[in-house]
Amino acid sequence: MSDKVLMKGNEAIAEAAIIAGCRHYFGYPITPQTEIAAYMAKRMPKIGGTFLQAESEIAAINMVYGVASTGKRVMTSSSSPGISLKGEGLSYLAGADLPSLVINVQRGGPGLGGIQPSQSDYFQATKGAAHGDFRMIVLAPSSVQEMADMTVKGFELADKYRMTAMVLADGTMGQMMEPVSLDYKIGEPIEKPWATTGTKMERPHNIVNSLFLEPDELEKSNFARYDRYKTIEENECMYEEYMMDDAEICVTAFGIAARVSKNAINEARKQGIKVGLIRPITLWPFPKAPYIKATEKVKEIISVELSMGQMIEDVRLASECKVPVSLCNRVGGMIPSPEQVLDAIKNAAKGGNK
Amino acid sequence: MKYNYKRITLLSGHYGSGKTNIAVNMAFDLKKNFHNVTIADLDIVNPYFRTKDSQTELEQSGIKLICSEYANSNVDIPALPQEMYSVIDDKSQRAVIDIGGDDRGALALGRYSKGIIEENDYDMLFVINCYRPLTCDVQTTLEVMREIENAGRIKFTGIVNNSNLGEETTADDILDSLDYASDISKATRLPIVATCVKEELFDVLSERISNLFALKLQKKII
Repeated sequence: MSDKVLMKGNEAIAEAAIIAGCRHYFGYPITPQTEIAAYMAKRMPKIGGTFLQAESEIAAINMVYGVASTGKRVMTSSSSPGISLKGEGLSYLAGADLPSLVINVQRGGPGLGGIQPSQSDYFQATKGAAHGDFRMIVLAPSSVQEMADMTVKGFELADKYRMTAMVLADGTMGQMMEPVSLDYKIGEPIEKPWATTGTKMERPHNIVNSLFLEPDELEKSNFARYDRYKTIEENECMYEEYMMDDAEICVTAFGIAARVSKNAINEARKQGIKVGLIRPITLWPFPKAPYIKATEKVKEIISVELSMGQMIEDVRLASECKVPVSLCNRVGGMIPSPEQVLDAIKNAAKGGNK
Repeated sequence: MKYNYKRITLLSGHYGSGKTNIAVNMAFDLKKNFHNVTIADLDIVNPYFRTKDSQTELEQSGIKLICSEYANSNVDIPALPQEMYSVIDDKSQRAVIDIGGDDRGALALGRYSKGIIEENDYDMLFVINCYRPLTCDVQTTLEVMREIENAGRIKFTGIVNNSNLGEETTADDILDSLDYASDISKATRLPIVATCVKEELFDVLSERISNLFALKLQKKII
């Protein structure tokens, strides 16, 4: 028998989480990520884990806070409007330096928006999930295999840096089916001497908290956290370069937009246009190095997004505006077609997109 | 496909087992021999992949499509098509009914199963795929099957082996699935009415597997 299984992106996330040792899942149903909860509901009782459908997204994220305080691997998932509701909890998790994994299978917005795919939560995930100075590690898969891989990676990074990692997918990635291999070597969980697991009267008690009574103490905790963020920016950037070696035009996209872009790039190459792709896999930390390298030889960067242009701001910063950066996008649940991206590439080759 | 279609063919199974794709292919297959063919989308669970995705091809072939007017829109509610009763009442047509995944999807069928059973000219086919993790062995597959029967208030009459790994499926993957399908057939005493393969594998396998059904993939790959 094949060592692969055929899975939806949402199922791949759920099974990978279980393989990574997650035994606690809290969620609230919302399309297009409901299969994660449905899968957990079926599997968790069979392996001695906890599946709990909370009364709201807010309740679910605070249950995550509770389990994370004990040092156990814990996860919640939702889609765009539900992630907004979790915002307060995400800030509290950051303030208490707790590791957790949060999945966002994005849908169109703003507001209740729609149920079809979108990437318009980029700002929210990478810059402003909630109040206060904090970051989340943001991982952007672009295949069902990567949905599983990034889930495992997300747990590891969250534990290593004591913070929330988010898998930022979209409705198409969640719903599409592809063969996946779930053959992971999961290391021993790292020591968490800060966890509130009971002192057994053998050690001083641990406190998990995000309230500081003295402002200088609060400042110190922020400085320490940002020192850690600096280490992450130096060590954890992930990206893929596709046909960039001789590229004169650079397309950049993540997730589902990167798949569409690859199709367009393959077609453009057939027509003799030298074009390549930079695909960020971590959206925070944002991989700046490939962009500054690209500006030495490309004449335009095209950012393909399912948003009104969010990642494009980081692309402009990373490329230091040395070459024009244009936007090729669809929104509201629509996906750019390979033809649309190909047209943008052709325009760039002819003299530039406006 | 060499298969004696009843007036109504119902397709059900675990979500992601391939019901919708098989339903559309069967409707085209039926159209070769029957004038009046209808395909009905009774999926109240999945708002993403629907029979409606193949609307243009179906209409061009003269196949009538019945589906919720909200399919593929942002109206995320489990609405049933009002024309659904015509499939049961108008006995001049051949129909394929695509039922939503799992027991939750089959709940909608319970609304119509009485009329279907009374007429007694139907097949209720259980679509299986051993490469789906929640139906990867006989026992879990049988659990899903019982749940669907209870929710849909109708018993299965046959099995469609649709074991596949999507685009990557090889002939060996299909051959490896035959024991699984045969074990389910034995445990349920239901016949395997078809083994589905993508078109490219049909010639390689047609002499080794009886009742092979070549599937044209209806969905767009991104």
